[in-house]
Amino acid sequence: MELLFVVLIGVLYGTGIYLMLRRSMVKLLVGLLLLGNGANLLIFLLGDLVKGNPPVISPDSSVFTAVYADPIPQSLILTAIVISFGLQSFAIILLKKVYLATGSDNLDDLNTHDLDI
Amino acid sequence: MKIILLKTAANYLLPLLLLFSVFILLRGHYEPGGGFVGGLIASIAFILHSLANGLDSTKALLKYSPFYFIPFGLSIAILSGLAPLFVGEPFMTVLWFENPLPVIGLIGSALFFDIGVYLVVIGVTLTILFTISESV
Amino acid sequence: MLLAILSGFLIAICLLFLGKQLKGNLPLAVSILPITLFVYFCTFLPGIGEGQTFFQHIPWIPSMGIHLDFKLDGLSLLFSLLITGIGSLVFLYSSSYLKGHIYIGRFYGYLCVFMASMLGVVLSDNLLVLFVFWELTAISSFFLIGFNNDNEASRKSSLLAWAITGGGGFFLMAGFILIGNVSGTYSLQEMLSSSELLKSHFLYAIMLFLIFAGAFTKSAQFPFHFWLPGAMKAPTPVSAYLHSATMVKAGIYLIARFTPILGNHPYWNNTLLIVGGITMVYGAFHSIFRIDLKGILAYSTISALGILVFLLGIGTHDALLAASVFILVHAFYKAGLFLIAGVIDHETGTRDVSQLAGLRKVMAPLAIAGGLAALSSAGIPLTLSFVSKDLIYEATLNSGNSALLFTLIAILTNIFLSYSGYLAGIKPFVGSLPAKFSEVHLPSGFMWLPPLFLGLGGLLFGLFPSLLDSSLIQPVIHAMGANDTVVSLKLWHGFNTVLMLSALTIVCGIILYLILKPSLKRLNAIGKLDSFSPQTIFMSLAKGTKFIALRYTKFMHNGFLRSYLTKIIFFLVCLIGYYLIRNVDIQLYTDKHTAISMYEAIVFSIMIVAIFTIVFSPSRFVAIISLSVMGYCMCLFFVYYGAPDLAMTQFTIDTLTTVLFVLVLLKLPPYLRIKDKAAQVRDGFLAGAFGILISVIALQVLNEPTNKNISRFYADNAYLLGKGKNVVNVILVDFRGYDTLVEITVLTIAAIGVYSMLKIQSSEIE
Repeated sequence: MELLFVVLIGVLYGTGIYLMLRRSMVKLLVGLLLLGNGANLLIFLLGDLVKGNPPVISPDSSVFTAVYADPIPQSLILTAIVISFGLQSFAIILLKKVYLATGSDNLDDLNTHDLDI
Repeated sequence: MKIILLKTAANYLLPLLLLFSVFILLRGHYEPGGGFVGGLIASIAFILHSLANGLDSTKALLKYSPFYFIPFGLSIAILSGLAPLFVGEPFMTVLWFENPLPVIGLIGSALFFDIGVYLVVIGVTLTILFTISESV
Repeated sequence: MLLAILSGFLIAICLLFLGKQLKGNLPLAVSILPITLFVYFCTFLPGIGEGQTFFQHIPWIPSMGIHLDFKLDGLSLLFSLLITGIGSLVFLYSSSYLKGHIYIGRFYGYLCVFMASMLGVVLSDNLLVLFVFWELTAISSFFLIGFNNDNEASRKSSLLAWAITGGGGFFLMAGFILIGNVSGTYSLQEMLSSSELLKSHFLYAIMLFLIFAGAFTKSAQFPFHFWLPGAMKAPTPVSAYLHSATMVKAGIYLIARFTPILGNHPYWNNTLLIVGGITMVYGAFHSIFRIDLKGILAYSTISALGILVFLLGIGTHDALLAASVFILVHAFYKAGLFLIAGVIDHETGTRDVSQLAGLRKVMAPLAIAGGLAALSSAGIPLTLSFVSKDLIYEATLNSGNSALLFTLIAILTNIFLSYSGYLAGIKPFVGSLPAKFSEVHLPSGFMWLPPLFLGLGGLLFGLFPSLLDSSLIQPVIHAMGANDTVVSLKLWHGFNTVLMLSALTIVCGIILYLILKPSLKRLNAIGKLDSFSPQTIFMSLAKGTKFIALRYTKFMHNGFLRSYLTKIIFFLVCLIGYYLIRNVDIQLYTDKHTAISMYEAIVFSIMIVAIFTIVFSPSRFVAIISLSVMGYCMCLFFVYYGAPDLAMTQFTIDTLTTVLFVLVLLKLPPYLRIKDKAAQVRDGFLAGAFGILISVIALQVLNEPTNKNISRFYADNAYLLGKGKNVVNVILVDFRGYDTLVEITVLTIAAIGVYSMLKIQSSEIE
């Protein structure tokens, strides 16, 4: 299963970058989301995959008796997921405002052309 | 043109989902769940209600702007962290009550911290979504 | 001594705040500072004459061996007296020269800073402290050259001077640190004893290079000389003070100071001889073609500095003696000539020597001062300059193998210098007065008395050179390492070769003056040489650097997000890819991997399809739906692999994100249609390579066992310390509660951001 995860991570990163390289603002945002998911999956994979054993101590004991999934990547990803929601909403609104202000989805149009020093 | 089925369902679903979210929040320390998930479920409940009945009726239901949830939740979280200072422990040390309560189990300041997180998440999510749907 | 240095800085700060109140004759009051300091340093004369050395030690940064150590010996005293003495005259002079200027307070502030830092340079015993003051002189010089900052040429010159002397400063600092490390001390006094160690060190040549780079740039030696003529854009008193009498001599001071430490080595002597020799001839030769009074003086100053370096390069006791007398002489007549040029400029409005004539009729005292200075510069008998010229010839004649060559170029230089001295000091005053100058009148006494005073001073010490020899000059050359010499200066040496050479110089100078008249034509003729002068080379280097920088900026920082990303990703892929291929043995161990079950393979395929739909779908709506499908698939993976908390969060967030997207979808711009096949293929390759790179890295990392210490700690203590059984939640609210607190704060900020952005009307943004 690790192999599938590895492929998935590669695909997520690749497509994320590809979308960010397009000039469209919406695609930039979607690309960012894909990249974020790829990163989450990468962290999850690096914590070693353990099937079906959440890091929850069984109710009748006070320590782990069986193998358990690594809790640290999980708490990291949980934080990342929630934060990414904040990022997404902020980015969407920013994007909408920029679109209203410039009337264009083209990132190139945001450049002020006074670069000649 | 609101779908009557959704409208009816949403009215019943709202209290159920809210109850569920509190359940998820409270059991978080022992079973999967916690403030983040609980808060998100509660927000979904309100979003569902607003989709079915319109934003205004949800707002009327809430009485206060969801924005006020944020400072309220933050204060609870910070106060729960500050509480140990009064008994001479470092910041954010978890204090526990002596006796466990039925259903919820042992209550400590960590629970209040989680409640703070819960409220902030509801506040943030609803503020964002409400402002967006208002201005669109 | 610390107080003497600090007082300048303190007064400068006061002047900055009181600048606007400095009107009328108040600037004169500032002159009390240099006069007081001059008197203060004069009180050291008897002690120094008896061979004493004064020290002051104030710990500053003991852990780094940096102390405010000050040392006053003959050499320091000579320079201190010059700095404060000429300084007093310049301060007095400027009060009239810049009378009524709105920034006169600022001007005096810069002058005070300069004077104080120059005193710091010559009094510091600690190399690093010396360096600090050294840079401060460059900074104050920058401000003074650019004092008329509404003039573009002035700004350019100050930048050029700053670039050259500041660049030299870098080398100097490196040199100081190197020397300090080798000798184990930053104290010049203690370094005297490790002279042999330094000279035999294998980095000796590099030390010399670094020190000389600093000294030559400061003292305007060839090929770094060209900033000095440019620096003449400064107000004339500044030129007189900084660019002839004091600051440019800081390099000379440094070389003299290091003579007993690093000197007397073939590298040392030959470098100084070559550079000094070229500079003195080059400067003198150029000076005779100028028609701008200050231009003449600038080039003759360069030449004089060359002579000093040259003499230090000869390094014999005679030469050191000649150098120390010449420092004094040059300060006397060159500062005088500058001040005179300033008066002429101030009163007539021109510095063109081919137009100036007959001014003696309207400015008699100034003509006397000019005559005295010119005669001094020519080395006419009875002036101190005559004594110094004798000493120079004596030094070159006794310099050993190349005595003839050295003497010849010294004579040549001196002939040119006496010519330029006549040009600057006599030419404006003789002949018939042109009608346009008939209204010119003598300015206030503060302007013509200082040059006259300097001229008379030169005459006085020329008549009675014994006033100087044992009291000042002898300690100076003792400080340079000639410990056993007894100095006795005499005006009359008797009939000998030296006298013949002096006479020859004077005669040739006069003949040259009579046949060569300054004209614009010859200036233009010499101007043709500029195309391969060091200045042109330096300027084209600077231009080239600027051009490359501009190109680089345009390429790297062009404001296009995708161009930044392309470069970053490309570089990353190349760098890490190269490393992986070269150094990592890429292996694949499947034995430890968990098995793939049917439903996982199905979820995987759905996810891949969803991702590619997101990328290639022309419809935004389809893309958003695919995005949520992908999110739910992730969610399923989390469920399979023991992360129920993650699954729940991902599920709810995914739902909310979809709602969010759908809400704003109508207001979002439609997809941009740019059909650029080439760009798509290029980006596709790049993105593919990046994806593969990440996959390979992930695979390789999987081969390494993960460090589980921290996870185990959390898992073992979740119930014991946190009284919870869901470890993920315990980490979030207990072990790492502080992080979570910050996280919800960040969420709050995002919410406030969204709220405020939407509540501001779009018109306000535009």
